[in-house]
Amino acid sequence: MQEIITLAHGSGGKTTGDLIKNIFIKHFNNDILIKNEDAASFMLSGRAAFTTDSFVITPVFFKGGNIGKLAVCGTVNDLSAVGASPLYLSCGFIIEEGLSLNELEAIVEAMAQTAKEAGVKIVAGDTKVVQKNAADKIFINTSGIGIIPDGLYISGSNAKPGDKVIITGTVGDHGCSILLERERLDIYADIKSDCAPLNKMIGDVLSKTKDIHVMRDPTRGGVAATLNEIAAQSKVGIKLYEDSIPVNDQVRGVCELLGMDPLYMANEGKMLIIAPEASVNNIMGVLRNTEYGANSCIIGEVTDEHINRVVMKTVAGGNRIVDMPVGDQLPRIC
Amino acid sequence: MCLALPGKIIEIKDKTGIIEMMGVVREVSLELIKDYSLGDYVLVHAGCAISKVDEEEAVKTIELFKELKEMDNG
Amino acid sequence: MDNYSSAFRDSNLAALLTERLSKYSGSNVNIMEVCGTHTMSISRYGIRSLLPESINLISGPGCPVCVTPLYFINSAIELSNEKDVIITTFGDLMKVPGTSSSLLMEKARGKDIRIVYSPLDSLKIASENKDKRVVFLSVGFETTTPVTALTIRKAAEEGLSNFSVLSANKTIPNALKILALDEDVKVHGYLYPGHVSAIIGTKLYHELASQYGIPGVVAGFEPIDILHGILTLVDMINENKKAVVNEYKRVVDEEGNKEAIKVTEQVFSPCDSVWRGIGNIPLSGLVIRDEYEAFDAWKVYNLKPCIAEETPGCKCGEILRGKLKPTDCGLYGKKCTPENPVGACMVSSEGTCAAYYRYQGV
Repeated sequence: MQEIITLAHGSGGKTTGDLIKNIFIKHFNNDILIKNEDAASFMLSGRAAFTTDSFVITPVFFKGGNIGKLAVCGTVNDLSAVGASPLYLSCGFIIEEGLSLNELEAIVEAMAQTAKEAGVKIVAGDTKVVQKNAADKIFINTSGIGIIPDGLYISGSNAKPGDKVIITGTVGDHGCSILLERERLDIYADIKSDCAPLNKMIGDVLSKTKDIHVMRDPTRGGVAATLNEIAAQSKVGIKLYEDSIPVNDQVRGVCELLGMDPLYMANEGKMLIIAPEASVNNIMGVLRNTEYGANSCIIGEVTDEHINRVVMKTVAGGNRIVDMPVGDQLPRIC
Repeated sequence: MCLALPGKIIEIKDKTGIIEMMGVVREVSLELIKDYSLGDYVLVHAGCAISKVDEEEAVKTIELFKELKEMDNG
Repeated sequence: MDNYSSAFRDSNLAALLTERLSKYSGSNVNIMEVCGTHTMSISRYGIRSLLPESINLISGPGCPVCVTPLYFINSAIELSNEKDVIITTFGDLMKVPGTSSSLLMEKARGKDIRIVYSPLDSLKIASENKDKRVVFLSVGFETTTPVTALTIRKAAEEGLSNFSVLSANKTIPNALKILALDEDVKVHGYLYPGHVSAIIGTKLYHELASQYGIPGVVAGFEPIDILHGILTLVDMINENKKAVVNEYKRVVDEEGNKEAIKVTEQVFSPCDSVWRGIGNIPLSGLVIRDEYEAFDAWKVYNLKPCIAEETPGCKCGEILRGKLKPTDCGLYGKKCTPENPVGACMVSSEGTCAAYYRYQGV
């Protein structure tokens, strides 16, 4: 077998077929995929949730995972955020010619492992190969479908004054880790991406209580962007308490050094949960007993003051607005 | 204009030090300060140690801050 | 954080200091905090929301990005157009608008523009890319200048002929003197920049206190440092004490850092300098000495500073001098926002307007 991906792998002939058999089907192996039809078919019962996401991250391999693991987690978590149990995923690959087959296989293997952990099947896919420089090594699109249990209505417009705001673990790990790997800052810290599939953790929570108003995973733009979106959608204010927000010491150290704020850094294995006070103990009780939710904290509450704005009480006791980020956060020296 | 962080010197190689700040490690230049040793705390700005951090003074300052005088409402 | 560092963020002590400040019932006092990092810290910790209305904090011009003239960004962009040039810069400069573009936009267009944490990192990039020419964009005050001076000296020692610095460094003292004389803004006390002071010492501040009668406190950047510094200043103002107190003794020595001053004087010499929004301040800038002209990008690339016009209605100048608040500028929050900054006060993360917009106390 050749060692690198070439345009022939995307041309639809025998080379493509071999690639699909020897890498994709080998690792994604399931009863639907091996039928090798033009479209996957399966039965669904109940209200379906459907989502799509594209992944273009650089570097493709990073501490804590790779673009493949990220792709599966991202789509699984988006479905979980609306309360759905994820069932089936599709994945489309756009590969730059020259990518090594070993790297592709490592990515696909990680996707398979993550899918297995999450209990989802990858049932449809597509592969295209483009010329050198027409893509940055590999881009992946994943779409996913799941079923929302009856009696559940989780939405960004559902937050109510008096609700509590929960984060399921430390903030900024993924964004900080990628920053250190991508930019040449020569800073060494034991930080890795928190990339993880959260559907089982969320499923456990929903088994205990369905009285949850909003869930969202704070990816791009971090907790700050996500809470601002929710405040605007629900037409409420959100109050945060800086001393309650869990931040890994080393993430804090990197942020202090570079003048950056972990609230604006991406998370790929965390969920924000906004729920009425009455259900908080149940939610926290479940979360704290899970692998991915052991460091869950209540970080604030929803209010009818400062509508559309997120305000934080700082460790000094003063108040400041946590506004919507504008573009990417950059390191500063001054 | 002067974002700087205190860190501990954990290794010295010629005029370069490895500094540890909250578990984060970085090589910095020690060429702008004198009389430093392993274990000292220094203030790091833009990849350079620009001052030593005197732990004793830090403790004294906090003690002083805690002795609050009455406000002179003039 | 190290034990004693976290002591300077202690919420209980902060509450105690806030309570004492709230008891202030004297006449209005204007305290100018000169340093952009103080502006950021004050905003980040919501300190304005803790002060009574009679204590007014004014942000001064100690934001190097804010006061760097428009032509500096334009010249940097011009340099980035050269095919073999790698531009290295602090992240702070990336989003500053030039006349028609910014470094971030140019990077998106494919120019080789790289963010560095330290100017010394540019030397590594230069040695690894011998077929390219590296230019470091140098801005900053007395805290940062010695690091750039050290970088140039090392480049000379290592014979790195493909490295140079485009410099726009400035010095604080003469700007402070001009502010002290300004009748429009009555400054009653100064919160002096802790890290600039670590380099230059505190002698200048004693001169300002005795010559212009304005007391000052040298303060660190943690919330406790700032709150206590304000408390001490308010006391001194009310007791009519024209003194200077160093409350950052853990870092600031009265004599300053002689090594750092020596390196700076070895590489740079004083010159007149244009401060964006303020105009020319004599002997407030630094130029690379002739002995190091091989590393002076202005000379190497034969670049001519060319004064560019500001957008009409932009009030950055008055805001930098503390004469106006951001909310007094007609463009603030309307045409001039963090997404579309017009003036440097909005684009710099520690610019007065950006800090106001990002961290408005509630």
